[in-house]
Amino acid sequence: MRTRNIAAIAAALAATAATVPLLAQESKSASDGIAEYRKMLEDGNPAELFEAKGEDLWKTPRGPKNASLEQCDLGLGAGVVKGAWVQMPRYFPDTKKVQDLESRLLTCMQTLQGFDADEIAKTPFDKGEQASVTALAAWVSSMSRGMKMALPQKHAEEKRFYELGKRAFFYRGGPMDFACASCHGEPGKRIRLQDLPDLTRNPGNGIGFAAWPAYRVSSGELWGMQRRLNDCFRQQRFPYPGFASDVTVALGVYMGVNAKGAESIAPALKR
Amino acid sequence: MPDPMRIRAQAAGDKTTVRVLMSHEMETGLRKDAAGKTIPAWFIQEVTAQLNGKPVFTAEWGPSVSKNPFLQFVVKGAKAGDKIAVTWRDNKGETRTDEATVS
Repeated sequence: MRTRNIAAIAAALAATAATVPLLAQESKSASDGIAEYRKMLEDGNPAELFEAKGEDLWKTPRGPKNASLEQCDLGLGAGVVKGAWVQMPRYFPDTKKVQDLESRLLTCMQTLQGFDADEIAKTPFDKGEQASVTALAAWVSSMSRGMKMALPQKHAEEKRFYELGKRAFFYRGGPMDFACASCHGEPGKRIRLQDLPDLTRNPGNGIGFAAWPAYRVSSGELWGMQRRLNDCFRQQRFPYPGFASDVTVALGVYMGVNAKGAESIAPALKR
Repeated sequence: MPDPMRIRAQAAGDKTTVRVLMSHEMETGLRKDAAGKTIPAWFIQEVTAQLNGKPVFTAEWGPSVSKNPFLQFVVKGAKAGDKIAVTWRDNKGETRTDEATVS
């Protein structure tokens, strides 16, 4: 019986070898497999649930001042959401600061709705109003889906932040003497099965900066760029950066400017 | 009040593909929180779908289904403009129904 089975398997294998070139099967890399998995999940990206929540949060009057965020200026004028995300971080004359999407949302929540921005920044991810910021970021970024990254670099502060971000990106430190550049400084690297984008140049459409915020299937959470960076700092064994702090915004400017022309797929779907 | 579902129903020939995203924690009852206390089980137990009020799909789910689950199924005989309603009920007795129009 056993021999017969083996013979049958051998026959089956021979048949496979004859019909499908074996080489073609072997050349399917792990990243192809992941790309296939992503394709399967594309139709059901739970980030959509966060987008819906974010849209609702944007339009509903909330906070101590009971106001909506519909007058929030994301850089393209009060209330303009479409296309805003692919031009952030950018300089805002009213706060006299370069701000990314999440820090700008904090500003709007403070000035328009009366929330305490510092308190929200200190709140752990996914708790209280911090969860609202994430959902808002998901919706705002979704309104720029398919558009190309086009961060402005006209203002002196924007240029300064690019240089600052570059320095932070290549700054080695911590117990493992790591820098962002250790993993993201050249193409073709990966951690386990995850391809690591080369963030010193445009890594391509929907890769790297153009993919966050994203829903992470493994943890069932939506991460904005702030949380993504927070976790990168953790992986380098750096001290945690403050939420919406200058260094995180500067890194955003550096990655975003480098990714100029890359198409945004945010909020994307991650393993 | 649980968060709404996202439902899309697309007809192609006599077959309609229905895609549903549900917003739910789907706690297994096996995980522990930071303090070491068991997080109580909380998951969707029953999912039903109706086409113009007529049941076309029922499923019994358990704790092994992921958080924020995605469900896709094919219905025969639905036409554009028909109504697809999906309902879930979890082990706490909470329930949510959302409706979409076949396009």
